[in-house]
Amino acid sequence: MLDSLIQGILLGGYYAVLAAGLSLMFGVVRFINLAHGDMAVLGALGSLWLVQSAGVGVPLAIVFTLLGMAALGWLMQRFIFERALAGGFLIPILTTIGLGAALQNGMFAAFGSDTKSLGAHIGNLSWASWELPGGIFVGQLPVYMFATAVLVLGALHLLLTRTAFGRAVRATSTDAEAASLCGVDPRKVHRWAAAIAVALAGLAGIFLAMRAQVTPFSGPMMLIFAFEAVVIGGIGSLRGTLIGGIVLGVVQALGALISPQISILAGHLVFLAVLGWRLMQVAAAERGGWRAALSAALNKPDLSRRQA
Amino acid sequence: MTPAQTLPMAAPDRWLIVLACVAILALATLPWLGSALIVDKLIYLFILVMFAVMWNLLAGYAGLVSVGQQAFIGLGGYALIRLVEAGLPPFPTIFLAALLTGIVAWAMSWFVLRMKAGEFAVATWVIAETIRSIVMFDPIVQGETGTSLLALNAYDPDLRRMVLYLLSLATMVVMVWGTWVLLQRRIGAESQAIRDDEDAAASIGISTFQVKQRIYIIASVGCALAGALWLASAITFQPRTSFGVQWSVFMLFMVLVGGIGTFIGPILGALLFFALQEIFGDFGAWYLAGIGIVAILFALYLPRGIVGLWLDNGRAEPLSLRKRLGV
Repeated sequence: MLDSLIQGILLGGYYAVLAAGLSLMFGVVRFINLAHGDMAVLGALGSLWLVQSAGVGVPLAIVFTLLGMAALGWLMQRFIFERALAGGFLIPILTTIGLGAALQNGMFAAFGSDTKSLGAHIGNLSWASWELPGGIFVGQLPVYMFATAVLVLGALHLLLTRTAFGRAVRATSTDAEAASLCGVDPRKVHRWAAAIAVALAGLAGIFLAMRAQVTPFSGPMMLIFAFEAVVIGGIGSLRGTLIGGIVLGVVQALGALISPQISILAGHLVFLAVLGWRLMQVAAAERGGWRAALSAALNKPDLSRRQA
Repeated sequence: MTPAQTLPMAAPDRWLIVLACVAILALATLPWLGSALIVDKLIYLFILVMFAVMWNLLAGYAGLVSVGQQAFIGLGGYALIRLVEAGLPPFPTIFLAALLTGIVAWAMSWFVLRMKAGEFAVATWVIAETIRSIVMFDPIVQGETGTSLLALNAYDPDLRRMVLYLLSLATMVVMVWGTWVLLQRRIGAESQAIRDDEDAAASIGISTFQVKQRIYIIASVGCALAGALWLASAITFQPRTSFGVQWSVFMLFMVLVGGIGTFIGPILGALLFFALQEIFGDFGAWYLAGIGIVAILFALYLPRGIVGLWLDNGRAEPLSLRKRLGV
């Protein structure tokens, strides 16, 4: 039980990195990249290719992958997302679903369907562990990943709160038009935000490749986990994203105590519960608090009808 | 509550409808002439048309871009499996299964329709995944393995194919015609108003939630019906296939390429998708990657699809619902 709890918390770091990119895109560029998980898989398979086929060492492969993913994010924002965003709310959703399908099947065609893992290339790190008092073993890799996650999210937080670039990002996400009046180019900000977001997806992909198996079709599930972590933690705050990731990790680890299928289902159910709770709060606030909402619900079956 | 005034139908549209009726009659006689393979393929085509028309109703007319309609495709099939297992006759049960799935859609609508566009898209997807995980716990389904609609094996294969073909054809015709009638009614104009600007629609007195809910339930029952028909033709029920997100990708492709928010677009899109699958389907993953790329290109450069190309040349939209509403 305690063992699962620790594992879940450590897993949460991975989910938080995965979710941070999605959250950044949603918060700054204002759309949900439905291919986010597939980008993570691209990062995973890209780093694997570098290590296995190009013979690059793991640390260097990680650096190359992150740089490549950042460049990809910048280019995609420049050539795809910008145009999609100009087309209203429908087009970005359609575009990124298409992108996801293209990425999944393209990677499947290029890399094949066998599951792959970086685990064999990182020496004994994939199984080494520390023993805590009480006979609990904690894997070294999950601890390093969690530490990296906290460091990366912390650095991102500092970047967003303490630097000129961060100010520009926050200004753009609050009001792009007003920001551009103050000399900030929102398109530039969006491109760099996309670069960071896709690099974060790439990092999450590398994590996944180290700790588990990757297939070209792992992406949709990763997107779902990322979205769940974002919603559970609350959109628009990196601390919330970390908390959301940890909650999701813990729920899944506890669910896994029962069965592997329950693990993922438990995550979905907690996500739906949190989302439902949020929606109810919004609905209640629109009607002047809980009491009013409750009496409105009792008197009128249609909760949603706007009050005249 | 006066019905919306509609202008008389344009002459080319009348010819189009006559042509469609002739095509339907020709299709109805086909199983007596065509080979089993062609009949099977056409059943799939009819099901694709149903998916496209239903998704267009949802996304194109009500602005509800769902990535989770596979929940209802899978549930329609699952309900069929379950009910037939309980001893009901397979063919009529297809419709019962779809209606039962409608209850799930009704329950879900209270939840999902309160969300904004992006949230709605992902949340419907998560719900589809959740339903799939739950269905996989059913001992009949046996987890990943799935199960089969064995009761259909009691029928002679040729008879079964013919019944299913005619059933699919009739369902498709009713669904397309029903959508046409529905969209010409008040709810058609209301849903398009909501799609274009929900706040403005609410401010002129449209019960936005109710309209969206009705469209959502109708589109979901339609998907469940098509899903149950698909299961009856495919026989095997595998949760990962029936609840797979690829259905959403297909629906999106057909609607987007044909022309989202137009009546005839999704039907053209389904025909094109079917043809592409026949020609390039053997390329497997590369083909599906190509489908994704074509979808991106259409979304970015031709968001109004093939019908949009037609309109760009200064021609009138065939079977337009926009112009027929003369208020």
